[in-house]
Amino acid sequence: MESILLHRAGPGVTVQDTGRPGFLAQGLSRGGAADRLALEEGAALLGQDPGLAAIEIAGSFLSLEVSANTYIALTGAPMRASQDGAELRWHASHLLPAGARLDLTSLAGGYSYVHVGGGLAAEVILGARAVHLASGLGAMLNAGARLPVGPYAGRQSGMILTPLDRFDGGLLRVVATPQTHLFPRSEIERFGCTTFRKDARGNRMGQRLIVDGAGFGLEMGLSILSETIVPGDIQITGDGAPFVLLSECQTTGGYPRIGTVLPCDLPRLVQAKVGADLQFRFVTHEDALAFERAEAVRRAGLRKEIRPMIRDPRDMHDLLSYQLVSGVTSGDDLEREMT
Amino acid sequence: MNGAENRDMPAFPRVSPLGVDGLLVSFGDQLSEAANRAALAFRAALDSESLAGIEETSTSLTSAYLRFDLARTDHAQLRAALAPLLASRDWFQAGLPHGRRLWHVPAAFDMTVAPQFEEAAALAGLTPAAAVEMICAAPLRVQTIGFAPGQPYLGELPKDWDIPRQKGLTPHVPEGALVVAIRQMVLFSVATPTGWRHIGQTALRLFKPDRADPFLLRPGDEVLFQPVSSDALEKIRATAKDGGAVAERVG
Repeated sequence: MESILLHRAGPGVTVQDTGRPGFLAQGLSRGGAADRLALEEGAALLGQDPGLAAIEIAGSFLSLEVSANTYIALTGAPMRASQDGAELRWHASHLLPAGARLDLTSLAGGYSYVHVGGGLAAEVILGARAVHLASGLGAMLNAGARLPVGPYAGRQSGMILTPLDRFDGGLLRVVATPQTHLFPRSEIERFGCTTFRKDARGNRMGQRLIVDGAGFGLEMGLSILSETIVPGDIQITGDGAPFVLLSECQTTGGYPRIGTVLPCDLPRLVQAKVGADLQFRFVTHEDALAFERAEAVRRAGLRKEIRPMIRDPRDMHDLLSYQLVSGVTSGDDLEREMT
Repeated sequence: MNGAENRDMPAFPRVSPLGVDGLLVSFGDQLSEAANRAALAFRAALDSESLAGIEETSTSLTSAYLRFDLARTDHAQLRAALAPLLASRDWFQAGLPHGRRLWHVPAAFDMTVAPQFEEAAALAGLTPAAAVEMICAAPLRVQTIGFAPGQPYLGELPKDWDIPRQKGLTPHVPEGALVVAIRQMVLFSVATPTGWRHIGQTALRLFKPDRADPFLLRPGDEVLFQPVSSDALEKIRATAKDGGAVAERVG
């Protein structure tokens, strides 16, 4: 079986997929990629199932070697990427020839992904390959790890995708929770017009935000009954700062939740740089559902958004490794572009 | 809606949206035996009804949660579908789940392994000896499993233990830690930060992902703590299966 050998791995390098739904009643949250959209983008770039497992890199570094010709795609937070010293484009697919070495270094943090054609054939535990650090399901990857790669029928490289813009913070849409009413109306309004900053304290379980000025704490907040949590919930802890729960969050919790970030806006939070400005805006549940459905349609159409990388042949030191004749498209791209 | 729409809250059971793709059916905002049994029974009924579009269900202490496929249904449709089920019986009269077990669980309360025990006992207005005696006097019921895999919320403790969570977080309590707040205890299945006070330690492993049945406890089970020294607990951890826990059928 083809495999990938890790030569160097920084902290926070894990195998991730779309997670493990179905265990909420047993206290196990779904987990999976911190930026689920990046999985979809990788799948589009390689023309494969978004449920396949990829490597997630949480703002650190990774060097790996492939045992055979391997198709890869790079998505999520851009990193400095090179193949045997030659720079590789991010948000793109590439063919790494057998024995090639890929070096990745973080530029500005965030969650980055290396997808391989065929997906990582890592061990399946309770129905998924995703490592769930908070639950002790699997562990971070270390140098020396060897990851098997699944079979890949495609031959898709040299393709690029313009990612959804989500790397500079901005607006996060939220819906009310069953506990929003516990907050005074004036506090909810103040929450909606406050600019927060992304804290350095964040991980796959949740992300803290910095609030300049008064926090949003409730005196009764330390005594309310623990209740079901969903990813995106904005929990107000004892210090009054918002803490947004993410993919690997707990399934229940007792801090009051002022709102829930829409799933389609979570990648914007996850990928914002530390210190970036973030605001929240309440929307109705009806509007939220419409936004979420629209994003599902957009994601489903990502495969039509990919296009060949246009490069100067003089820069292509590995020209012969490209599929120059038998392309990967269905052949009607020109017509489609013109219509 | 700016959160204002549901300010005039209807009585229980109360159905509220939770997130973009879920509903929470609450049977109370204070913990009670009846509300807890109602939540467990309603979730069981939801699972046997298999309403269109429901992907997953769970319970918390006094609520049932359902997550739906937003490509197939929405809050309003499901709310309408739930109404006849909610009206079909008095959920507050529901019995406990079947197949319940009573677990005898060794636990240590020494300050070496339970650093906040004396602080919590003082908040409860009890001497350390009286606090241990009270905690171990009667079985506590697994009211729900949540927070982390296989992790029980246990209750209900006598009124003395109605103490709030801490303002700050304790950065790290180990697996098997017993923590307390608002007349409840939680046994941690993983090492974790927590806002609850760490007052006891067990050698339980509540989540074993490599087992066919990875979760030790189920809602409805009961747990009776047996006080042991921290030295005795370490011996149990080294030699006994399941951290020395022994189960018997009770219902």
